[in-house]
Amino acid sequence: MTGFAAAAAPSRRQEVFTALSRSGAFLTGLTIVLFWVVCALFGRDLVPYDPLGEDILNALGQPSAEHWFGTDQIGRDIFSRVIVGSRDILTVAPLATILATVVGTVLGLLTGYFRGIIDDIASRLIEATMAIPGVIVSLLAIVALGTSETTVIIVIGLSFGPGIARTVRSAVLSERELDYVAAAKLRHENSAHIMFVEILPNILPPILVESTVRLGYAIFAVATLSFIGFGLQPPSPDWGLSISNNYSMISGGYWWTVLFDALAIATLVVGINLTADALQEALDG
Amino acid sequence: MNRFLARRFAFSLVTLFVLSLIVFFLGQILPGNVGRTILGPLADQQAVDALNHQLGVDRPLLVQYGAWIWPFLQGDMGQSYIYRSPVAAFVVPALGHSLKLAAVGFLLVVPLGILGGVVAALKVNRPLDRVISLGGLSATVLPEFVSGIVLILIFGIWLRWLPIDAAWPDGAGPLIQLYYLVLPAMTLVLGLFGYIARMARAGMIEALDSDYTRTAVLKGLPWRLVIWRHVLRNALLPTITVIASQTGYLIGGLLVVETLFRYQGIGSLIFNAAKAKDFPMLQACVLIIGITYAVATLLADLLYSFLNPRIQMGDGQ
Repeated sequence: MTGFAAAAAPSRRQEVFTALSRSGAFLTGLTIVLFWVVCALFGRDLVPYDPLGEDILNALGQPSAEHWFGTDQIGRDIFSRVIVGSRDILTVAPLATILATVVGTVLGLLTGYFRGIIDDIASRLIEATMAIPGVIVSLLAIVALGTSETTVIIVIGLSFGPGIARTVRSAVLSERELDYVAAAKLRHENSAHIMFVEILPNILPPILVESTVRLGYAIFAVATLSFIGFGLQPPSPDWGLSISNNYSMISGGYWWTVLFDALAIATLVVGINLTADALQEALDG
Repeated sequence: MNRFLARRFAFSLVTLFVLSLIVFFLGQILPGNVGRTILGPLADQQAVDALNHQLGVDRPLLVQYGAWIWPFLQGDMGQSYIYRSPVAAFVVPALGHSLKLAAVGFLLVVPLGILGGVVAALKVNRPLDRVISLGGLSATVLPEFVSGIVLILIFGIWLRWLPIDAAWPDGAGPLIQLYYLVLPAMTLVLGLFGYIARMARAGMIEALDSDYTRTAVLKGLPWRLVIWRHVLRNALLPTITVIASQTGYLIGGLLVVETLFRYQGIGSLIFNAAKAKDFPMLQACVLIIGITYAVATLLADLLYSFLNPRIQMGDGQ
């Protein structure tokens, strides 16, 4: 099996890379996402002002040559805050997605490989949890467990797990009928070995696509939770949190205190979704 | 048909049961020792035990679950910690307000989304199609508070066409109410338009490419009639399912939209209950939303099977 795969794999991989490098949507999406990743990693060293530095005398200043995006109600530089604001959401959302991917993959492998009554029950439960309005149950869980970044990661990670499990399970169902699994069984490999060493490497592409899609949802969810006060907490320059703190003042005409944060979220979410869509298309094609 | 119905109904019940378990057990984490919390750290241990016994929180979990869910099903949703009065008195009117907002949103987005999808399919791969498809999907993936803020800035602050607060003056007529609901409803529309348009577009393209369409054209029917009689009917069926599957999204959206526009619906009730850690209120709201959602998807599935004879023939998937 390994020899055959080694011969077939590079050409398939090359095909995917060619498709991706020719996809305008993928390159655009990836560029946007990489821009924000760079901001998250090095933003603090690149921005002109301290994102937390208050300057009451210059509060609510319009966009100008000194403050490109203006200043907020306690005089903090909004440009610096928007750039550095990518950091927390790009920490929490990917960690939640990784947790969801691990939980979902294990659950999907177990239910798909063993079948039987456990699979029936687990699958019905997975479907049932997916039919529950997620944001609201997540909010309930966060209120019960206490608001913190860790809680947000755990709650979002667990609530996205079942969706990934369903994808993994259906991938496992088609893999387990293939000859290499039968061969492994004849060699008396144990189930854990077959699931994680034999099957898992072959279902990585759908897992990758699913995770990228869920990363988009996770950013959506973390931003929303931060906006209603149950996600990232002050003094984080997080975008959702900043909009939440400033939107009561927009009737006074201080549009710049929310517009740039809104555009930042918009570009990041659209960027991730463009990447995920293109990835799905290339791997399915 | 009946078997499909029964399966579908059983699934809704399982979903609601799982939801009620989640809600119940989350409720067990929060208060810690209820009697101790109410009476304070200096109270006598005997008094705390007595109060716990009186409140019933010293019973086995399963008994407590029964004692919580059974009255709930009969309309007694418990007492709000904050208002110290029955939760139902707040939840029911709030749900009514939310349904009003959701209805306005749906009435706007369904025709707009279908129109968008149909136009895109008729101009497939031309610039107009690209604008509708890409624009629609981009708007869909944005969190509601982001698209809501952009709408508020454009139509409320810069153009000054629409109110940015959904709370209308007392005694306002339906038209005035509608005027106040346009911006929040448009925010929901932006969230859903892309999905509906995408499904309608895909259904249209498939129907346009089908044999029956070719036959209708070849037998000399006018193009307009072909579209109306043959293409649209077949194209819109899958769209109904996607509209139904978005109810959950819509409910999640209400939480944010109502907070953003200060609208007194179930979303803002949840928001305020969460801020105040009013757990009985939160539990009731989440369960009520779950029930509403289950009923909505059930109705949509019924409608779909009613419109699509192929499901009635089989035993349902």
